[in-house]
Amino acid sequence: MTQITQDDVRRLAQLSAITLTNDEEIALQADISNILGYIDQLKELDTDGVEPTYHLSGLTNIFRDDEVDNGVDRETLLSLPADTHNNHIKVPKVL
Amino acid sequence: MTTIADYAGHTATENVKQAFKKAREHESYNALLSLTEARALERAAQVDAGEITGKLAGVPFVVKDNYLAFGAPTTAASKMLQDFDAPLQATAVEKLEAAGAICIGKANLDAFAHGGSTENSAYGPTKNAVDPTKVAGGSSGGSAVVTALDIVPFALGTDTGGSIRQPASFNGVVGYKPTYGMVSRYGVLAMASSTDTMGCFATTAIDAELVMSIMAGRDDNDMTSLPDYFEPATLDKKLKIGVIQELMTDDVDSEVLGAVRAKIQAFKDAGHDVESVSLPIVKHTLAMYYIIVPAEISSNLGRFDGVRYGKRSEQATTLSELYGMTRNDGFMIENERRILIGSYVLSSGYFDAYYQQAQKARTLLIQAFDTLFEQYDVLVSPTAPKPAFGFGENTKDPILMYLSDAMTVSGSLAGLPAISIPAAVGPTSKLPVGIQLMAQRKDDALLLSFAKTVEEQSGDV
Repeated sequence: MTQITQDDVRRLAQLSAITLTNDEEIALQADISNILGYIDQLKELDTDGVEPTYHLSGLTNIFRDDEVDNGVDRETLLSLPADTHNNHIKVPKVL
Repeated sequence: MTTIADYAGHTATENVKQAFKKAREHESYNALLSLTEARALERAAQVDAGEITGKLAGVPFVVKDNYLAFGAPTTAASKMLQDFDAPLQATAVEKLEAAGAICIGKANLDAFAHGGSTENSAYGPTKNAVDPTKVAGGSSGGSAVVTALDIVPFALGTDTGGSIRQPASFNGVVGYKPTYGMVSRYGVLAMASSTDTMGCFATTAIDAELVMSIMAGRDDNDMTSLPDYFEPATLDKKLKIGVIQELMTDDVDSEVLGAVRAKIQAFKDAGHDVESVSLPIVKHTLAMYYIIVPAEISSNLGRFDGVRYGKRSEQATTLSELYGMTRNDGFMIENERRILIGSYVLSSGYFDAYYQQAQKARTLLIQAFDTLFEQYDVLVSPTAPKPAFGFGENTKDPILMYLSDAMTVSGSLAGLPAISIPAAVGPTSKLPVGIQLMAQRKDDALLLSFAKTVEEQSGDV
């Protein structure tokens, strides 16, 4: 049975760019341990020599004509962010 | 319940106004997150003036609120997208509008379609159409309920692991999940890109077939959409039908088993050749699903960072705080659970043991289905292991909630077309029970043609 610690949860949250509260970390620690315990059963299955299936369509190299289309206009897209400046999206300082 | 044909003979404006009236009468079900009144009435006037014509001219419908659609915000039932006005519409919605259909509102769901009961909505749960003390099922719960309550004759849903079929079963309507790639995914919020499918709820298989025939087709905007192949058909032969014995065990609710067995007997009475078949790997499919799908979710939901659209945390003073706080404020706990599981199974050191192993297991599942479909046209099982459950019954333990997907995830992982049709109403519970029919990839026309004969036989049409 796979058990994970609260530190593991914090690391996963960091990888996922989610800031969790202490209570959320504790709750997720229990849930994720249980879920990992469940999905661990898959390790029993013999898959030696089996190729993985990452997608189902069987399609490869789908091309389209390289033609300009108007798409969604800039004003519409710039109306979506919470903050803009001079036709750019504004965010808080990086560092 | 009404069908699409019942909407003929009325003006589009009458149809749309009637739908809004019914929607308001049924507000207590919390099936709709918004109504698109101004836009719908404007389009209805255009239909009535003969400016828009088509097979669905003047027929009102509802979209699950993870389809980008004009007229009201597209929220995905999350706080993250509370005020998000879609800059474009999903291909499926555009096609239905081109055929004259009129979207009148947006249906509730589990936020970002993560869940099996519509209890994970940031705007409160949807109540079951038959018994309001029970859940609607999910994640397309709102769409199932508006169809069952006759607010509209059809509604759109998305099905990644059972999110159309299970709520269809819980509310006593038809739910159709097409072959992976039959309908463009463009303009629908991505959950798990390798199993996401766009389908519908209707009151009959005939209507589901009509709606799917309009939504189907290759789309330049979705490079995984399949070349056009779907043509509605009439069944002209007796079928070989396999009943998946691993999904008919004593773990399944007795009312569900009874309803499904009665339906199987009806298939035999109609002259079809029905046999019990074995699919041993099905016991591992839920584990495969809850590795592969969270992995894809953790990637697809990376885009919700508060920068280009959607909610933005106001307390953040740096960019990384902005990401972390926005995502915690905007996601529900089930979204976070799945994203974290996805990050876990994809992280170095665990990738081979979980993600890679699950994708190999998926190959074995597909091979097992392919072998069965060499001999059988259609495979049968219950749609869900039990009828609609009570609010809060499965929310404490995520695994219990995941088990309600046990019958449906295998078809999703293999990309099969599948339909849930009403089988019976439980004699004790008085709740509807659905039966699931699955066919080989791209055998959508065969599957629907069979479903239509099942309805005729039971006198539902």
